[in-house]
Amino acid sequence: MARVVVNLPGQARRGEVIEIRTLAGHDMETGFRRTQLGELIPRNIITRFTCSYNGVEVFRADLHPAIAANPLITFTTVATESGTLEFRWTGDNGFSATHTATLTVV
Amino acid sequence: MTTRRQFLVLACGGLATGVQAQLPPNIAALRQAALQEAMRKVTGGAEVRRGRVKLDLPPLIDNGNAVPLEVTVESPMTPADHVRAIHVFTEKNPQPNVIGARLGPRAGRARLATRARIADTGIVVAIAQMSDGSFWSDSVNVVVTLSACLEDGLI
Repeated sequence: MARVVVNLPGQARRGEVIEIRTLAGHDMETGFRRTQLGELIPRNIITRFTCSYNGVEVFRADLHPAIAANPLITFTTVATESGTLEFRWTGDNGFSATHTATLTVV
Repeated sequence: MTTRRQFLVLACGGLATGVQAQLPPNIAALRQAALQEAMRKVTGGAEVRRGRVKLDLPPLIDNGNAVPLEVTVESPMTPADHVRAIHVFTEKNPQPNVIGARLGPRAGRARLATRARIADTGIVVAIAQMSDGSFWSDSVNVVVTLSACLEDGLI
C-alpha cells in the first residue's frame, strides 16, 4: 500500500468551494529511461485518479508519463453535505491506493 | 593488437550509429505531428479558440523533472455552463499528453494544479472543453535548463 497524503479542510460552510490537495508516493517510471546496460526500464505509472463525494464521482484525471514522480493533484469541489470523500489511485502492475476523508458541512 | 587508427575508426563508427539510432533527423517534425495528433484526439477536429483558459507555469524552468503548473478556466461552473474537461500537452516530450482531467459543476471552480515533467524548451498547451462542446486553449513558451529524461539523449 502506497503512502498517500490528502489535505482538505475538515469543516466547511454549505456551498463553499474547498480546495483538495492530494499526493501519492510513486516513482512514476516513464518507460523511456534506460539502465546503464541500455535496457529499457518498463513503464510503471499511476494512470488514473478519482475522487468520489458520498459515492458520486466529482473529479477524475488520467495521468501520463509526463506527470512528475509522487504525483500532486490539486482541485476543488463544492461542500454540499457532510459525508466522506474517497480518493483512489490506480496504475500499472496492479497499483491501487485509496484514502477516505470526512467533511463536516455546517 | 588494435592500432590507434583501428580503434578510432571503430569508436567513431560506433558513435555514429548509436547517435543515429537514438535521434531521427526529423525529430522536431515528428514531435510536432504527435502533439497535433494528440490534440485532435481530444477535440475531434473541432475548432480550438484561444482565451478563457489560463495556463500558469514558470517561464524559466531549472529542473524539468517537476514543473508546477496550474490551469484556471473562466467559467461560472453551473449545471448549465461548466468546464467538462481540461487537458495539458507538451511539445517536446516523447509523448505529448501530460494530464487529462474530467470535472463538472460540482467542482465549483475550474482549477487544476499538478507537477509535470518537461523534456525541453518548447510550448505547453492547455485545452478546456466546455459543457456546450466548445474548446478553448492557452499556450506558454517555456525554457528548460535541465531536462527531464536527460539520460536518454532525447533532445
